[in-house]
Amino acid sequence: MTILLSLQGVTKRFGGLQALTNVTFDLPEGQILGLIGPNGAGKTTLFNAINGVYPPEDGRIIFRDKDVTKARPYYHARLGMARTHQIVQPLYELSVRENVMVGACFGHENQSLGNAAKIADDVLEFVGLTPRADQLAGSLNVVQKKRLEMARALAARPYLLLLDEVLAGLNSSEIDNMVQTVLKIREKGITIIMIEHVMKAVMNVSDRIVVLDYGVQIAEGSPETISKDEKVIEAYLGDPKLAEQLLEEED
Amino acid sequence: MKLWHKYSGILLPVLAVAALILWPVITGKPSNRESAFTILKAVALASSLNILLGYTGYVSFGHIVFYGFGGYVGIFLLTEKDWSLWTAILAGGVASGILAFLLGSAILRLRGAYFALATIGINEAMRAFINNFELFGGPTGITLNFSVYKTYGGAAQALQTSFYIGAGLALLALLTSYFVRTSKFGLGLLAIRENEDAAEVMGVVAPNAKTLAYVLSAIIPGMIGVLFFFKNGNVEPHDAFPLHASIELLVMVMLGGQGTVLGPILGALVYQGMRGYLVTSEFFKDIQLSVSGILLLMIVLFIPAGAIGWLRLRIPLLRRVLA
Repeated sequence: MTILLSLQGVTKRFGGLQALTNVTFDLPEGQILGLIGPNGAGKTTLFNAINGVYPPEDGRIIFRDKDVTKARPYYHARLGMARTHQIVQPLYELSVRENVMVGACFGHENQSLGNAAKIADDVLEFVGLTPRADQLAGSLNVVQKKRLEMARALAARPYLLLLDEVLAGLNSSEIDNMVQTVLKIREKGITIIMIEHVMKAVMNVSDRIVVLDYGVQIAEGSPETISKDEKVIEAYLGDPKLAEQLLEEED
Repeated sequence: MKLWHKYSGILLPVLAVAALILWPVITGKPSNRESAFTILKAVALASSLNILLGYTGYVSFGHIVFYGFGGYVGIFLLTEKDWSLWTAILAGGVASGILAFLLGSAILRLRGAYFALATIGINEAMRAFINNFELFGGPTGITLNFSVYKTYGGAAQALQTSFYIGAGLALLALLTSYFVRTSKFGLGLLAIRENEDAAEVMGVVAPNAKTLAYVLSAIIPGMIGVLFFFKNGNVEPHDAFPLHASIELLVMVMLGGQGTVLGPILGALVYQGMRGYLVTSEFFKDIQLSVSGILLLMIVLFIPAGAIGWLRLRIPLLRRVLA
């Protein structure tokens, strides 16, 4: 199994705030890695560090055997990394198709405009946005914009896809749909890291899970071990023993 | 049919410019030729500015600096080094392109209002510099020796030749604008305009793309500068770097529709037409620039997409023709 992405002691500070402390893990090709943690744990910051939006102060990030720690985001994209944003970032005045074409044109495959248009149509079909292809991206609703984020990232045909809360704000049938989409993406051989708050979904699709709390990696392992890990339960619910005590007092 | 679809966006711009070129040729009046030259010059400058303003989304308040700087370099080579008009025009374009490359590397990392302010600063700094630069004649500038025109068949013939060169440059500007608009490079620029951070995440190498856009938008203004001051017979700092001309260019691009190929052409036509009327009218002749100011305010407030942009938004069927 080859390692696609390797994080070694990644540390990020914003002024006095320690956003990430010594985050270290390896991601083998073809896996889905779930990244979970309470609000403000540093999950999106970790994405921003991985793809060069906020380069880390310490540590190294190795992607496809290249040190990308201090590189700009376009360098990552050209190496085959793509991401979606938690807060959607559509190119408002461009059509949905053009938005997706940008992903295909400037990703690691460096497609021509003509090929990019074909790829865009395929990807839009895949995420179910075909009827909206000629609309301006600004006119989509939030769910559609999330799908557009996904389509843009997929059009680059990346090796690694970073999904930032693609399930947030969806209803349960939409979540099922999106989970199916994520699994289909993995079948194409794309490695995925997903940040998610919908526990059931993330536990089901992930091969492995990393848990962050206040920027510190408090647990790592299979979904089963994570769901029983005391530190994780504490991070989410507070002291687990305290919960038990409260229950006993009520009895 | 396919060919028509592929190139339909360039049809109207080419027709508009062709009509402008033919008008004085058919009527044969020198006064029409001079009016047409002024409009074609505006078309070339506005289309060039549009590459930066309309496609890339960077507002340059000092774009005229490339016109003035290119003009100075060309006229200097023409008078002091005896270069021909053709090579001087090319040199003016190259000089402005190099200037844009150097400036762009420095100031294109600024965004929004900071970039706009920097461009004003550059124009004023350049004017002050040229004013004190003895090689370029300092405050009095450079005056062409009248005998220069003899090489081009006398003054009257030189004016005629200048008109055709100006027409060629206007066509070149709109073709550049069209090919940028429909290219992959252009798609990257539009992505930068809409959201530079998201564009970088998708792999658009924004610093390089912006610098190239800036250089492309500076070359033709530099060439036009040489041509204009050749026709004019002299070049002085306050003629070469008039800040109000930069703002007039902005009005033209915004009026016609930024980010479209046809918009700046239409804007240049309408604005120059209006200006022609205003400067000859008893009442408006002294306050002509305040009318432009009010016009800009109205556009920003009511039709920020400009005339062509407004039509494209309302009538989707027209989008193919009104590129």
